Amino acid sequence: MTLARRIIPCLDVDGGRVVKGIEFAGLRDMGDPAEFAARYNREGADEIVVLDISASVEERVTFLETIRRVAAQLNIPLTAGGGIRQMEDGRAVLRAGADKVTVNTAAIERPELISELSRQFGAQAVVLSLDVKRKANSWEAYTRGGRQATGRDATEWAAEAVSRGAGEILVTSIDKDGTRSGFDCELTAKIAATVSVPVIASGGASTFDNFYEVFTAGAAEAALAASIFHEETHSIMALKNFLSERGVPIRTSR
Amino acid sequence: MKVVIVDYGAGNLPSVERALRALGAETKRATEPNQIAEAKAIILPGVGHFAAFVAGLRERDLTDSLRAANKAGVPILGICLGLQAMFASSEEAPGECGLGFFPQEIHALPAHVKSPHIGWNQVRLTRESSLLKGISPDAYFYFAHSFAAPATAESTVAACDHGFPFAAVIESNNLSAVQFHPEKSGETGVQVLRNFLESIK
Repeated sequence: MTLARRIIPCLDVDGGRVVKGIEFAGLRDMGDPAEFAARYNREGADEIVVLDISASVEERVTFLETIRRVAAQLNIPLTAGGGIRQMEDGRAVLRAGADKVTVNTAAIERPELISELSRQFGAQAVVLSLDVKRKANSWEAYTRGGRQATGRDATEWAAEAVSRGAGEILVTSIDKDGTRSGFDCELTAKIAATVSVPVIASGGASTFDNFYEVFTAGAAEAALAASIFHEETHSIMALKNFLSERGVPIRTSR
Repeated sequence: MKVVIVDYGAGNLPSVERALRALGAETKRATEPNQIAEAKAIILPGVGHFAAFVAGLRERDLTDSLRAANKAGVPILGICLGLQAMFASSEEAPGECGLGFFPQEIHALPAHVKSPHIGWNQVRLTRESSLLKGISPDAYFYFAHSFAAPATAESTVAACDHGFPFAAVIESNNLSAVQFHPEKSGETGVQVLRNFLESIK
């Protein structure tokens, strides 16, 4: 009996559509979030993450509608975030059908946001999204979609967020994101050793081996990826069978 | 089949409702004592804090009607925090009284394991279970909690380990409860809810 490692497809949404960022070329429309969610639910995903990458106030209504449509397709957990600035934003996301809410920029600017959400909805409903860039001898937390340096040490901020009531840490390596060169296992292992809550690794997923490495050397409890699943480079079940054969505890039934 | 879902002001009710309706059940939210009194079957869903849960029941004057329903033998299914609320008390909220259907206290998961216990885990059957009928012994269920009922609770029919052995499934006469979220546990969870609906026919 072991807690299974989780495979989490991530839907980056903008204007009610799943999108993919293309370097210097804006966004590519990948399809309908509800259709993606239904497919991943069927294919054995352990959880779905939906992120509003526009994170604009004008798009809130559209985003909440997207959460409702996605939640209606699922009998697995749903995490949603992007642009969560205050407790009421979190409440709206949870009421729309998400089980957990992610916070990032607003939480680093006002850490009490984490305490407030956790007190109201429980630690299991609050996920700190942590965007990290590698420095000479440390890791620095970034905000605003990875564009703004904060000067805060990522491990130290993760520890504070947990002490304030974050129940999971979603760690994205900015250096690795979009490179398809594997997760930053050193980073996830470092965060996992620092905090007492589960760590979700994100950024750089390409091969089955990358997932194996992040669950072993990287000490991650869960791994998140987007385009390799959207583009059907990999089927979720094939990935899970690969991991299971190598002794990683994973849920291979539905 | 009509199932009354206790609405104490928090909790993700739509996913429980959607799952039950997909199985052909009718659902109704209860926010008042008379709605509990009329119920033929009750679901106590729950996420969040033990204190918020018992306060939510108290503010809506639902505590006594739930106790009366239990005494009358009405089937009640507790989910996650709903399971915990069936106990006398919880380390999460010292001094607060739960429904007291079971006399024990809910304990915090210990510091040496990752907490919250979030994710998919397996359970170990300790007795025959009606909720787990037709479910493979190595099936996974989705958990998301920081507190749990020790598996020594007499009515435990399946246990899970995370820091200590805790009650994953409880069955006792009209009462049943699960620490995991059946509405979030894929096809396995659907089977648990189907079994509950079968048991109240």
